[in-house]
Amino acid sequence: MTTDTRALTRIKRSWGGVKKKRWAYAFISPFYILFAIFSMYPIIFSIYLSFTEWKGLGPKVFVGLENYRRLLGDSVFWQSIRNGVILFFLYVPIMTLLALVLAVILNTKFIRFFQGFRTIIFIPYITTMVAAGFVFRMMMNVRYGLFNMVLTSIGISPVPWLENVWWARISLSLLVTWAWLGYNMVIMLAGLQTISKDLVEAATIDGANPVQAFFLITVPLMKPIILFSVILSTIGSFGLFNEVYSLSGGATGAAVGGPMNATITPLVYIFQQAFSHYKFSYASAVSYVYFAIIFTLTLLQLRYFGREE
Amino acid sequence: MAVITESTLIKTKTVGKRLFVYLVLISISIFMVLPFFWMLITSLKPMEEVFHIPMIIFSRNMSLNNFKAIIDKGVLIRLWNTFFIAFTATALRLFFCSLAGYGFAKFSFPGRNLLFSVLIATMIVPFAIVVVPLYIMMRDFRWIDTFMPLIVPGAASAFGIFFMRQYIRSIPDELLDAARIDGCSEFKIYTRVILPVVTPGLTSLGLIFFMQVWNDFMWPLIILKSPENQTLPVMITTLTGPAGMTIYNLQMAVSVVSIAPLIIIFLLFQRRFTSGITFGAVKG
Repeated sequence: MTTDTRALTRIKRSWGGVKKKRWAYAFISPFYILFAIFSMYPIIFSIYLSFTEWKGLGPKVFVGLENYRRLLGDSVFWQSIRNGVILFFLYVPIMTLLALVLAVILNTKFIRFFQGFRTIIFIPYITTMVAAGFVFRMMMNVRYGLFNMVLTSIGISPVPWLENVWWARISLSLLVTWAWLGYNMVIMLAGLQTISKDLVEAATIDGANPVQAFFLITVPLMKPIILFSVILSTIGSFGLFNEVYSLSGGATGAAVGGPMNATITPLVYIFQQAFSHYKFSYASAVSYVYFAIIFTLTLLQLRYFGREE
Repeated sequence: MAVITESTLIKTKTVGKRLFVYLVLISISIFMVLPFFWMLITSLKPMEEVFHIPMIIFSRNMSLNNFKAIIDKGVLIRLWNTFFIAFTATALRLFFCSLAGYGFAKFSFPGRNLLFSVLIATMIVPFAIVVVPLYIMMRDFRWIDTFMPLIVPGAASAFGIFFMRQYIRSIPDELLDAARIDGCSEFKIYTRVILPVVTPGLTSLGLIFFMQVWNDFMWPLIILKSPENQTLPVMITTLTGPAGMTIYNLQMAVSVVSIAPLIIIFLLFQRRFTSGITFGAVKG
């Protein structure tokens, strides 16, 4: 009798366990189903596609590594990779440092209107990027834009913000910094709140000035967060699209990524190859090489800067 | 005597420093606000005064005419499209993310750790690698120029599941066991116990999703072919005047319509929003 009930409860319990597990699998399954259909399958399909010649219609012709061979000699593609690197150096160091400094300033108690400054600096992050891009484009107009009007009124000669190769990159960096400074600052602020203030205070008592305390105490402690923000910015500078589209292309039909491909990014190039020229197979090959490059860069950054953790 | 001079010296020094800090903060704030200001005044100007020498900042010709003009050009239907897509996508994502978050946080089952690692690993896949084949798939599904591609493929987000899992972990098991003894099914526990408790987390996550989908540009640009199906960001870039001229004043009016709802939502829920944003950085 007792063994019977014991067996029965055991069966009941394990059945309950299986039933419970079934619930768990049911709960997590939507993600895996959606991922399999809308990411996994496309990723595999695009490997296959990159070995063919196909314009979206008709039969796919197998061409082996032809697309990749062509890619090696494609100067516009390599220009887009170079632009990613250039843009990274143009804005990431400045923006990251500025975000950290602002976070340290706004983390101190003595600043009045602390919340107000934080809100104002953060708000660009939530705005529609193409809208912001077009405002910048207007303000950066050579002849009529606000920036040059202000410059000429104080006796400085007008700047070809969007017409010159280097200025166009600087302008793009300005727009990206405007949009992302607040985001990075908020992340740094959250990071600062997790580290103890005692260390900085102790250093100040020992006679360190604020600048020394910043570089010797705050920066090392914040390393994981700084690394996180730099990695995101690295991926971000190769994947710029909305910013480039609104500054250089758009309604007027000008070449996206101009002038002279100075601001073309890998993502813009993939978009053009696929959706302007309908070179789907070539675009797939480009996207694979692009992924390999940013993946390697991320690993390298983790390896060399995240070592001690 | 000497002591007093020293302390006043320190005081003036810190006052000077504070002044400098305020100066930096104020100039950065001006740089941040300037584009919004310029957008707003341009949206009120007639086109002749947008690019004018000498520059016109305020004029008596300012009016709401541009907003009337964009209503005639169908901004309201685009506003509705944008809202509908953002709302539906957000609701669906929140449902799947909280459900899966519950599954990972409160159940132990074979393969849980492996499945969770796979989930985290999927976050490194950039959209760029998926966009071309996904477009072809959407074409085969006959989903081009519909809202489905903007809602369905992204309906479960790995980041969101990670977020909800951390959140749901902090709910005490006793609460769930009590509901189980009362005879609730696991799904009922999800709707009756989990959902009410995680509302703050869902709000944070929902705000991020809503903003992302609302502002999304490249994918809608690829998918939505006919003008009446466009979203606001796509409308901003496709507005052209006669002979392909850029009509900045109308563009800026549409931009105002696109940005204003987000700013209002953000100001109402600022703390929820930033706590969601910072979650990944500090925990991850």
